[in-house]
Amino acid sequence: MSAQPDGPEDRLRRFTTIWSRAVFPVTSTSSTRAELEEQLLPAAQRLSEALTARVFDPEAGRAAGAALVEAHCTDPDALTRTLDCLDSYLVLYCGGDGDREDLRARCARLQHALAAGFAEALRRRTLAEQEAIAQAALRAQGVVAQALHATEARFRAVFEGAAIGIGIADLEGNVLQVNGALLRMFGQSEQALRSRSILQWTHPDDAPQVWKLYEELVRGERDHYHVEKAFYRPDGTVLWTNLTVSLLRDADGNPQYQLALMEDTTERRLLNLRLRYEATHDALTGLPNRTFFFERLEKALAAGEGQRFGLCYLDLDGFKTVNDSLGHAAGDRLLVEVADRLQSCATAPGEMVARLGGDEFVALTTGPDTRRKVDELAARIMNVLLAPISIDGRELTVRGSIGIVEGPAGERSAAEVLRSADITMYRAKSAGGNRFEVADPEADARAITRHGLTTALPAALERGEFFIEYQPLVHLGDGSVRGAEALVRWLHPQHGVLSPDRFIPLAEHTGLIVPLGRWVLEQSVRQARAWQERNGGTEATGPLRINVNLSPCQLTHPGLVQDTVEILERTGVEPSALCLEVTESALIGADDDLLKPLRRLAEMGVDIALDDFGTGYSNLANLRRLPVSVLKLDRSFTQSMQQFPADPVDLKIVEGIVSLAHSLDLAVTVEGVETGAQAEQLRILGCDTAQGWYYARPGPPERLHELTLADATS
Amino acid sequence: MERPAWAPRSIDITVPSVARMYDYYLGGSHNFEVDRQAARKAMEFMPGLPKIMQANRAFMRRAVRYAAGEGITQFLDIGSGIPTFGNVHEVAQEADPRARVMYVDHDPVAVAHSQAVLEGNDHADILAADLRKPREILESPGVHRLIDLNRPVALLLVAILHFVEDADDPYSAVAELREALAPGSLLVLTHASYEGIPLPPERAGGAVDVYKDIRNPLIMRSREEIARFFEGYDMVEPGLVSPPRWRPDSPPEDEDPFAFSGLAGVGRKA
Repeated sequence: MSAQPDGPEDRLRRFTTIWSRAVFPVTSTSSTRAELEEQLLPAAQRLSEALTARVFDPEAGRAAGAALVEAHCTDPDALTRTLDCLDSYLVLYCGGDGDREDLRARCARLQHALAAGFAEALRRRTLAEQEAIAQAALRAQGVVAQALHATEARFRAVFEGAAIGIGIADLEGNVLQVNGALLRMFGQSEQALRSRSILQWTHPDDAPQVWKLYEELVRGERDHYHVEKAFYRPDGTVLWTNLTVSLLRDADGNPQYQLALMEDTTERRLLNLRLRYEATHDALTGLPNRTFFFERLEKALAAGEGQRFGLCYLDLDGFKTVNDSLGHAAGDRLLVEVADRLQSCATAPGEMVARLGGDEFVALTTGPDTRRKVDELAARIMNVLLAPISIDGRELTVRGSIGIVEGPAGERSAAEVLRSADITMYRAKSAGGNRFEVADPEADARAITRHGLTTALPAALERGEFFIEYQPLVHLGDGSVRGAEALVRWLHPQHGVLSPDRFIPLAEHTGLIVPLGRWVLEQSVRQARAWQERNGGTEATGPLRINVNLSPCQLTHPGLVQDTVEILERTGVEPSALCLEVTESALIGADDDLLKPLRRLAEMGVDIALDDFGTGYSNLANLRRLPVSVLKLDRSFTQSMQQFPADPVDLKIVEGIVSLAHSLDLAVTVEGVETGAQAEQLRILGCDTAQGWYYARPGPPERLHELTLADATS
Repeated sequence: MERPAWAPRSIDITVPSVARMYDYYLGGSHNFEVDRQAARKAMEFMPGLPKIMQANRAFMRRAVRYAAGEGITQFLDIGSGIPTFGNVHEVAQEADPRARVMYVDHDPVAVAHSQAVLEGNDHADILAADLRKPREILESPGVHRLIDLNRPVALLLVAILHFVEDADDPYSAVAELREALAPGSLLVLTHASYEGIPLPPERAGGAVDVYKDIRNPLIMRSREEIARFFEGYDMVEPGLVSPPRWRPDSPPEDEDPFAFSGLAGVGRKA
């Protein structure tokens, strides 16, 4: 804006400069002073005009007041300074040459109007800003509330949609809120559920600490706890849960609510129970198994004073034969039937029947009066076994041997009791079976448990505790020694010399029979070689032969042929000097796969003897099929020939067998020859070779050497 | 149970807000009695507080004009507070009508008020976010709508960093912002400091305590500490100075002595 020096415009500008300088220090504007001056200039212009207008209008004063507020000169001091400025300089700079009195009067009225205009504008602005900020605060709160609502909605969705049960209760135990999952778990309406204080949510299976933890929580001494807890459902069924309870505190940390989260574990528990059942029950018979029985026995043995226990240990007589002859499926059916019958014997409280494995069962009775009860129990068992069991249309007679142990609780361990029962059962079995015996501590001490022997077997082989005795095989025609049967013995460090029937079944059971059998074969063949080197045999009899027993387990072992060939080659013994003895029962029902190794051995020249002939359910027609060259007649056929005259029926049978054997090109060997009469009789009947005490008991290899020498010189 | 991150903080207008106190210092009425009480109490120790705020605003105004003069049309104003007068978008759009301004504040009332003020302005918007979480700012759709981070931006951090405690690592937050900007961007920053306050520190400390009492502590930092916020940027002449001395329009000697409190500066990304 250009102005004549000291012209009206220049004077107006100078007034505005003074005005802006006066108020600038008290403004809060971010503009510069020069900018403020520009902002005030229009107001100053109007003031100037109002001062000299033909008709006076104080409105310019009001506008100037508003302009101050508009330029952010809102401080009251800005008004004071403005009024001072007008008072001193408005007339002076903008009055021109008008009447001084009139100008001063107009100036005063403009000041009044300006003050009013300032107040009016400031009031309007203040109200507007207050309104704006209040609105903003409200809106902000609305946004927050909306967000909170959304938060809550999401929480509610989580609460309602959760798969776990959630409940909130106050510290007195009043249920305040529960979710759908929890209601479904309980199978109850919310109303019904909330009507009961959680202090009433007890269950007999509650662990003792459950309610102690609860008390600690509501007292604020604990922030959460985790337990497994059962609840009753309204229908009386049980709900099992994994329960976590947390304490909710208010902003000041004071306990306020309790929050329960629960997971339904009923199904899982049932599954666990089932798994537990499976782990504690025998799959075949459904009876409790060894594990379960031991738990119960231990519990019975841990019972208090005055409590006793009685135990019957049952082993079926001749079960192996059933299995061997009729097959395992039939054996299993037999066991199931026996289990059912045994189960019916032990129905009183405190009684149980379990299957320990194989054909071994136990029955347990507990209480104060087991002396009488255990005898009754054993009698019941013997009684239920009386009736034959029908399997595949055959009526099988089942017999059992029972060992009874009875005594007070708290004296012996479960293992000791079972050992005693086992020994006693064996006593019953060796006394002929089909009976029960009562445990006798002295007999126990002497007894050798199968368990003890079984565990000692492997070390015994390593330590060389086995040795072999040889029983001569004598030619009935000329009485010459043709060879010997190798019979393994165990020199047990505590029990002395044990015969094969004590440990061979155990070795069969554990599989140790394979290395043991190989050892016996190797030793025996080596011995045969030694004999050959010492006397070479005679022209007529050929080299001394060696008979070695093969167990069923060895028969199926894939290394049999190779092991045998290797041993023969290593020792340089002709295959024809070896005879492997296989029991008749091991070959019953044998298929070609089982016979193949025997056939190969036979083809090589090894003799195969059918041992214990006549004891199994032998099928004579089957003999043709077997790669067998020798029949070993069981001693039971020849026992009656020890006396004279012999039983004519036995004579006929043996004669028949011999005739049959010879027509099949089989040699016949008889076992158990104890008298000269017997030997003579058998020779007449056509038997080829014999063994027995009449000739020699089994003995060390040197004895055989002596015998052959004696034989050669006689 | 912890409040999830997406749930907003509740607002309590019975607690003083630094944004509304700032408005009060500047003669505005966008405030409540609690704000005024706190502000008056601080002014008992430092009567010149309004002058400090005014000088800050005047600096910001000059800096925005400077940025516009440098051809910058994008402005990101974090800690914008309550819009009163001489707001960034007014100054910037006066200089260049194409100018785009994104305001950011974490005070829900300031955000709500800004929304009302900016309604109908397509070139300015407000984002509710926190300087302490720069990623949320840089990745927000609102910011991307208005601002192209591939072109120079004027980032305004005016009178805000002294409200961020060291524990919240303001240096990392600012570094992340600095790095996100294109070359040629400007960082416009003011910060409270004992430097320049025409009072003994003990007395100024009284005002600092007021902020501590309202749980919005005021962190006074030294020149060196404030300079570190510009790390990697070239200082625009005259460097880090008291606000009235930064490219003044009128002789700074005319200013109130309190106006020289604290430090202001503009840095440029090479």
